[in-house]
Amino acid sequence: MSSYEIPAAAVKPGATVIPVRRSLSTRWISVLTLVALLVIWWAVTASGMIEPLFLPPPSAVLQKGWLLVTTGYMDSTLWQHLGASLSRIGLGLGFAVLTAVPVGIAIGANRIARGVLDPLIEFYRPIPPLAYLPLIVIWCGIGELSKVLLIYLAIFAPIAIATATGVRTVDPAKLRAAQSLGATRTQLIRHVILPSALPDILTGVRIGLGVGWSTLVAAELIAATSGLGFMVQSAAQFLVTDVVVLGILVIALIAFAMEMGLRALQRKLVPWHGQAH
Amino acid sequence: MALLQLERISAQYPGSPEPVLADISLSLGPQQLLVALGPSGSGKTSLLNLIAGFVEPSAGRITLDGVPVKGPSAERGVVFQDDALLPWQDVLANVGFGLELAGVSREKREIRAREMLALVDLSGFEQRRIWQLSGGQKQRVGLARALAADPRVLLMDEPFGALDAFTREQMQELLLQVWRRTAKPVFLITHDIEEAVFLATDLILLAPNPGQIVERLHLDFGQRYAAGESARSIKSDPRFIETREHVLAKVFSQRSAAQRQERA
Repeated sequence: MSSYEIPAAAVKPGATVIPVRRSLSTRWISVLTLVALLVIWWAVTASGMIEPLFLPPPSAVLQKGWLLVTTGYMDSTLWQHLGASLSRIGLGLGFAVLTAVPVGIAIGANRIARGVLDPLIEFYRPIPPLAYLPLIVIWCGIGELSKVLLIYLAIFAPIAIATATGVRTVDPAKLRAAQSLGATRTQLIRHVILPSALPDILTGVRIGLGVGWSTLVAAELIAATSGLGFMVQSAAQFLVTDVVVLGILVIALIAFAMEMGLRALQRKLVPWHGQAH
Repeated sequence: MALLQLERISAQYPGSPEPVLADISLSLGPQQLLVALGPSGSGKTSLLNLIAGFVEPSAGRITLDGVPVKGPSAERGVVFQDDALLPWQDVLANVGFGLELAGVSREKREIRAREMLALVDLSGFEQRRIWQLSGGQKQRVGLARALAADPRVLLMDEPFGALDAFTREQMQELLLQVWRRTAKPVFLITHDIEEAVFLATDLILLAPNPGQIVERLHLDFGQRYAAGESARSIKSDPRFIETREHVLAKVFSQRSAAQRQERA
């Protein structure tokens, strides 16, 4: 039988008409803004308007950065501080994903699990993690465990809630289709519910990582002997402003890199998300 | 011998005093293409959901090969109005999904899936993603997926309702070809009178409040198409037009009867 339908390959998706006179793209505007800020920073410090104690010049921060990478500050190099922070958030995130996704599925798919777990999560989620950090320190000491536990709790709630939302909004027609193909309950979760909820789960991870990172750095400011937050805090006590500025920049860069990485992961893992289907 | 048997089925939504279906009896045998035609509210979707096992009747018995129907199962394949395909899998994996659930090896299910895609005239689309398909192509994948699991009967829930008129005609012809080649008994619901008259070997007309069968017709237009006559010549045949008008008149007489009843 001949087909009247135009094959999808003939229609180029996303082919847009390019205007003849192209103005500056948004990305270039952002880059120019950053460059302008750097220039202003350099200008106000080079002209002596602001003392280096309050704001060191970019060159000094860069030099200090090199020193931190090679010889280190407070007995450890920048890499060791960075490694300490990243391993904490990595562990917290790993445990959170492993536990929050099953919990979220249970909340979304099972009435009893929802009744038990939903109020618990909704109770502790709005509490700023730093408010219960003292309690965690009393229970678990000042070591790694208390930090990882804090990050874990901060990341757990957004992932569990996003997963539950994803599970609850699964297209009922897809569930029925799978059932009429003979799917068991376990198969429904594995083949329909989990992939359907994946876009929401990844959004939960993105939100969780944002919350987790800011919580971690704040926790390191208060109670730690290593990590980026500790580095910034101890430098501030001795008014080593260039280390403080450098630390803040590295913290911002890591947060930005995590956000970009997760967006890329989302595009790769759930290419169907946002497609009309 | 009838494969699928509905005996005095009634159905009711939980918490609603009015039944959606009352006292429905019908049977579906081999070589049959049974079409349930009715306006919205006549309970045709409920009827399909009962047979598929998505909901349970409040009274009556549904049996397949003499065994009572309980819950959805791979014996009763369903094609949905909105495709209900899985966008995270490509076309081939979607068609082989039922076999994957049944634990069939990848090699075997891909062979079967390719056969089914050829049957619905969609060879060459194996690696396509679902969102790259047109509405008609998606419905073909849905049909191929239901057939790949080799069900005893095929249930179709307004499968062409969301398609444009040209694609719908094309899909009706494709369905007749597939039906003739696979010899699967088909139960299809639609609100399109011409579609119903063209496809059905057996047509039941449903009227609302509560859903009940008000007319049963035995037709042969689909078989004439399967035997080689062109769709256009069948649809312009005076006998086809007469049947269509008869059904149409029946629908409207039912409607005005209902209105009279309401006024009284």
